[in-house]
Amino acid sequence: MKLEVKNLEKKFKDFTAVNNINFLINEGQTLGLLGPNGCGKTTTIGMLLGLIKPSNGQIFIDEKNFENLNREKVLSKINFASPYVELPKKLTVRENLEIYGRLYGVKDLKNRIFDITDDLNLGSFINKRTGELSSGQKNRVSLAKSLINKPKILFLDEPTASLDPDIGDFVRKYIEEYKSKNKITILLASHNMKEVERLCDQVIMMKEGKIVDRGTCQSLIEKHGRNNLEDTFLKIARNKYELE
Amino acid sequence: MNWNKVYGLSLRHFYLIKSSFPRILDLIYWPSIQIFLWGFISKFFTLSSTYYNNTVGVILSAAILYDFLFRSSISYNMMFLEEIWSRNFTNLFISPIKIKEIIAALTLTAILRTLIGTVPAVLLAIPLFGVSIFKIGLPLISLLLSLYLFGITLGLLVTSGLIRFGPSFENIAWASLFFLAPLGCIYYPIEILPHWLQIIAKILPLVHIFEEMRNILINDIISYTQILLAITISIFYFMLGVAVFYISYAGAKIRGTLINVGE
Repeated sequence: MKLEVKNLEKKFKDFTAVNNINFLINEGQTLGLLGPNGCGKTTTIGMLLGLIKPSNGQIFIDEKNFENLNREKVLSKINFASPYVELPKKLTVRENLEIYGRLYGVKDLKNRIFDITDDLNLGSFINKRTGELSSGQKNRVSLAKSLINKPKILFLDEPTASLDPDIGDFVRKYIEEYKSKNKITILLASHNMKEVERLCDQVIMMKEGKIVDRGTCQSLIEKHGRNNLEDTFLKIARNKYELE
Repeated sequence: MNWNKVYGLSLRHFYLIKSSFPRILDLIYWPSIQIFLWGFISKFFTLSSTYYNNTVGVILSAAILYDFLFRSSISYNMMFLEEIWSRNFTNLFISPIKIKEIIAALTLTAILRTLIGTVPAVLLAIPLFGVSIFKIGLPLISLLLSLYLFGITLGLLVTSGLIRFGPSFENIAWASLFFLAPLGCIYYPIEILPHWLQIIAKILPLVHIFEEMRNILINDIISYTQILLAITISIFYFMLGVAVFYISYAGAKIRGTLINVGE
């Protein structure tokens, strides 16, 4: 599925959280959404997930305006994972996946749960309560939940935050493989520049609600005369007057 | 309405209840304590009051019905608060579930929590104090239905507040029923209230429910008009509660509060 945002804006009284942004993610592509804390990334994702009503602008899914589409139909093809959003802690991994499978109307749920837990190595703790898991395990469960419905568009908010390098690498590799197999469209918000370089086809840099730069990782690095994306990010984030 | 989704969300709360024995114990504990307390109070009243002469069960039956109302409202609030406390709120609201399906799931599941708490208390009252609310007879079903609808309505209003104002509204969840209890004329006839308060009280279903309960237990008369009135008012408030919930949800999307709830 193709995701396009046109003139998207969100104002909270006098504060403009997201200021007239435009971007397009083609089917099977991954777009990195970068920017310092408070730059409008979460608000943007909130609008794309239908949790926040935009003040202006439109969101198009396969060239159809989200507002005119059936909300439940669209949401059944979308999913989201973030370490800041958790699953009920008192429920086991299997129970959580079963519940979300039902909410997403997943067919042949038993097999889907088996496949996803097998792929993400959740089998050894599938009957454990989610609250008893390590952060690495929780993170993989959250990813399993986000893939339970085989989404066409996936929103990932810092998918490897607080993970050790080994688990972080496992998750990144899994996302890479899953993407190439399933051709899903991904919007990835991350502060891990190495992760962005590895996973994203394009990136947009946000600052104070606006998109201040965009391109492939390599093109941005070259444009700003830096050696890597991290230095490029720092340059853009610290330069007050640089806007697209 | 997709009942598989309603069942899925109900299952979340069912799993939660069955996973924790202390949670079940907590559900049973408070209603049972209420029964002990009001059982002894009502026993004392029957010894000291001619009004309650030979009707030892009136106060205790009122306590049980009030507790049923309290449990249904608090169950609804608790299930919603569970989503906030477990930081599951965003996951729930981005899933393809309709608001009416969330309301249906919470309404249907709240009855389970309510019954887990109330049934042991009802059964305890029979051997301990010789009081059975089943003496009310068939009208009991209508009275419980009316109480449940009103309890859920209060739950809907509180959860609307939680969506609108965030978790800081939590304290209101606990206080909501105590605010209405004096007007509900649970333990005393409506004539006790000042005239102007009687007018306000009559627009609540509680007065009609508890007046009818006393009417049946003391005078052995059933007023179907009163029962019908109680149910009608409860349905009206329930529909109002649903409307307020939808308005709060729409408002929360504009204010962007949905994404931060529980974080």
